[in-house]
Amino acid sequence: MPNGVEEGMEAEGGDHREISVAEFFEKNKHLLGFENAQKSIITVVKEAVDNSLDACEQDDIVPEVQVIIDEYDDKKCRVEIRDNAIGLDRETIPKVFGKLLYGSKFHKLQQSRGQQGIGISASAMYAQLTTGEPVTVYSKQEDEPCHRFVVRIDTEKNEPEILEDEVIEPESDEFPGDKDYYFDHGTTIEMNIEAKYTRGHHSVRNYLKHTAIMNPYARVVLKEPDGNKIEYPRVSNELPEKPKEIKPHLHGVELGVVLRMVDNSNARTVSSFLQKEFTRVGRTSAEEVCEQAEIESGRRPNTLDKDEIEQLLKAAENVNLQSPPTDCLSPIGADLMEKGLKKELNPEFTETITRKPTVYKGNPFQVEVGLAWGGDIEDEGSFEELRYANKVPLLYKKSACVTTKAIENVSWNRYNISQTGNRPQGPLYISIHIASVWVPFTSEGKEAVANYDPIRKEMKLALQEAGRKLGRYLKRKERKEIQEKKKRQLTSYAKEMAPAIAALADEGNEEEMENKIQKLVHDDYNPEQL
Amino acid sequence: MPKKEFENDSKTLEQLKHLGKKIKNQLEDPEEEDLTFDTQVRSRSNVEYDEEEGRLALGDSYSTRKFLNISHARKFMQTLMVASKTKELIESGRTAAIREVYYQLKHSVPGLDENTFEDQDESNNVVVDIETATGAIREDLHLFAEKKGSLFGPVVINDSGDEIDCMNMGTSGLAIPSIVDHYEFVECDADFILLVETSAMVNRLVEEDFHEEMNAVVISAGGQPSRGVRRLVNIMHNRLDLPVYVFTDGDPWGYYIYSVLKSGSMSLAFQSDRLATPDAKLIGMTMEDIDEYGLEHVTEDLKGKPEGNGGPSKDYKRIHDVMDYEWMQNDQWQNQFQKMLDKGVRVEQQALAANSLEFVANTYLPEKIENEEFLN
Repeated sequence: MPNGVEEGMEAEGGDHREISVAEFFEKNKHLLGFENAQKSIITVVKEAVDNSLDACEQDDIVPEVQVIIDEYDDKKCRVEIRDNAIGLDRETIPKVFGKLLYGSKFHKLQQSRGQQGIGISASAMYAQLTTGEPVTVYSKQEDEPCHRFVVRIDTEKNEPEILEDEVIEPESDEFPGDKDYYFDHGTTIEMNIEAKYTRGHHSVRNYLKHTAIMNPYARVVLKEPDGNKIEYPRVSNELPEKPKEIKPHLHGVELGVVLRMVDNSNARTVSSFLQKEFTRVGRTSAEEVCEQAEIESGRRPNTLDKDEIEQLLKAAENVNLQSPPTDCLSPIGADLMEKGLKKELNPEFTETITRKPTVYKGNPFQVEVGLAWGGDIEDEGSFEELRYANKVPLLYKKSACVTTKAIENVSWNRYNISQTGNRPQGPLYISIHIASVWVPFTSEGKEAVANYDPIRKEMKLALQEAGRKLGRYLKRKERKEIQEKKKRQLTSYAKEMAPAIAALADEGNEEEMENKIQKLVHDDYNPEQL
Repeated sequence: MPKKEFENDSKTLEQLKHLGKKIKNQLEDPEEEDLTFDTQVRSRSNVEYDEEEGRLALGDSYSTRKFLNISHARKFMQTLMVASKTKELIESGRTAAIREVYYQLKHSVPGLDENTFEDQDESNNVVVDIETATGAIREDLHLFAEKKGSLFGPVVINDSGDEIDCMNMGTSGLAIPSIVDHYEFVECDADFILLVETSAMVNRLVEEDFHEEMNAVVISAGGQPSRGVRRLVNIMHNRLDLPVYVFTDGDPWGYYIYSVLKSGSMSLAFQSDRLATPDAKLIGMTMEDIDEYGLEHVTEDLKGKPEGNGGPSKDYKRIHDVMDYEWMQNDQWQNQFQKMLDKGVRVEQQALAANSLEFVANTYLPEKIENEEFLN
């Protein structure tokens, strides 16, 4: 949920009930990732795939995701995304796909992919606004029949409108499993949108490739409009540990969030509100915060106005609170990251580092980096960057992102990587992942992570650690190459020299002499030595 | 042509054979872990100026070329290849141009993306290495270089049985080969030798019959004088007792040409006794000539930046370099260079044409010789 969008929505909803969601969407589409036809299709795929992966992981299912795209008209695409998660029940489906801003993820503080998007309903909205067509959803739960819904959004009321609702028999032509695969359980969405399918850096294909690298336990299949089928294989059946839910920490929480918490809390006093709704706040700390803020600790929380809450948060800054627990984070881990890089890039050398969790402003976060060098990676001058927040690829606004700054802070030439300006060169992929319950993005678009010192520092340290390993590898490789080249040269020179020596000395057998020179060359060869 | 047999042949063969044996012995010695030979260091650090003799000499520093040192290996191979080729030349009584040797030995090294020799500079350098490693000089090795420079004047030379009258060589002159040791001087009516930097100036002098009028042996160097030219001047000076005057541009490059002819060059310092002519004097151009002959309007500005003003660079740097050489440490020379720096100009031989074409032959040179106005 982009910061700010929701508040605007609520305010508008409160004062002008009749403002249409369509208008809201139009006004905010640049924040939602729908500013042009090329980006919109990436956003649609991204929202759906992120949901699918989250849903699978939630229930310990090794994900299987299929993305099928057909062009059916000029600048129009039919997009279908299928997953093998547990499926949705009948009541939830219309709300998820037909009501803008529905969803639980942004009320919870839990590391998930979904916190980075507005939700799949925005895609449905986009489909409806650009092609006028509703969204079709198939959902099948284990041992249940498959449901097919056709849903549109009532843009006046922001409510789902169910156009069709039927059970589909597995024998039916319409059953999605009838096509080229079958899932015992899962969800399929189909929608028609205005879109421009392209290749290159900003493309569905690249998005899925980046996704496949960071989620090597998922099998992802893409069918492009021209019929080309790309499979990103699964190389591990091991899912990363599930993130735990965490309450916000007073040092990092935002005013808007607390405002909502006050409304929803059933705590009777401010003191118990602080203790119950926030992590690491005990009785003593709660009293201390109230005292410093000069707010009666026994007041009912819902009597606090905005200014008073601000006072509370300000006061909390001066109170010593324990750092939040960090078991709420779910890094993918060095091993899985290595598998992901290896399977998609087939590099000669890979090094991955997962740092220990740490905290900025009350928010736990964890950094992982991976370096992949050589092999099938082509040297196109500058390195390639793979950026992730909570396993979700970030494709846009690279130069504003803390990852790019961190990379530029490292002296790569110390690790035998050449540099142009601050940027490393050569056949190199640098992957950086930040896992956090609250990733600080630079803007509502959620496309770049803010350049905060503690985050950049963690990234830099991880890059340096991995860089040192790569540097050592390259140095050793270089030495070996030098020694091998030397050996090759000397071996050839010996062939030229032997007859010359025999002729000069007026005696001796050329062949014998060459063998002797070759023995010297052989004894001299030592790949470890410079 | 008859087979070429030189006086030193058997000695040279021994020297080459010695080099081969040395390497062979190293190969057969189980204690030896490398192949090496020694060569004299020919960089400036090992060049000394012998004030008494008035020429450069090579010091005692030797450097060891090692086969297993990758920065030596290629040269090591090249040295043995060239050495073996010269031995073959001597044994078959042939001489060869160093360019021919280069082409004879140049081929791609099997298994490598390189040639035995990439350019002639490589083989030329190796030849000098062999000279210092064996003690035999290039001429002894039956190697010669391209002809460079030409000679005019009242002298008759016997070259391998043919007599050459250098007075009757038209406008071409005698092209000077790189080996001149076998020249015999049958007749000589010359009063002096004039070594000239540019061949254009020699053409001028010949057209004005300067060699005839002044009884002069006029030699063009064509820039930096070759070993052949330097050796020829050396033997003519010694055998015929002729004074030597050098006529160059008035700039650091010209004065260095004079210095090489007079004292020898750094890279061939080990042969200065054969190549240098310490008695040679510079006739011009001098910085004073600019005033004396009204050449102010035909000087050239020095290129580059002076010291302390972003420099010294280009011409200025060359002035400082040459000025600092040990053998340039006398007042006359320091004075010339200082004037050059002060005026910021250089003056070419051909600037004299500003007066008239024949001025150099009829006035400038005769006056200087008569007045014995030389730099030494």
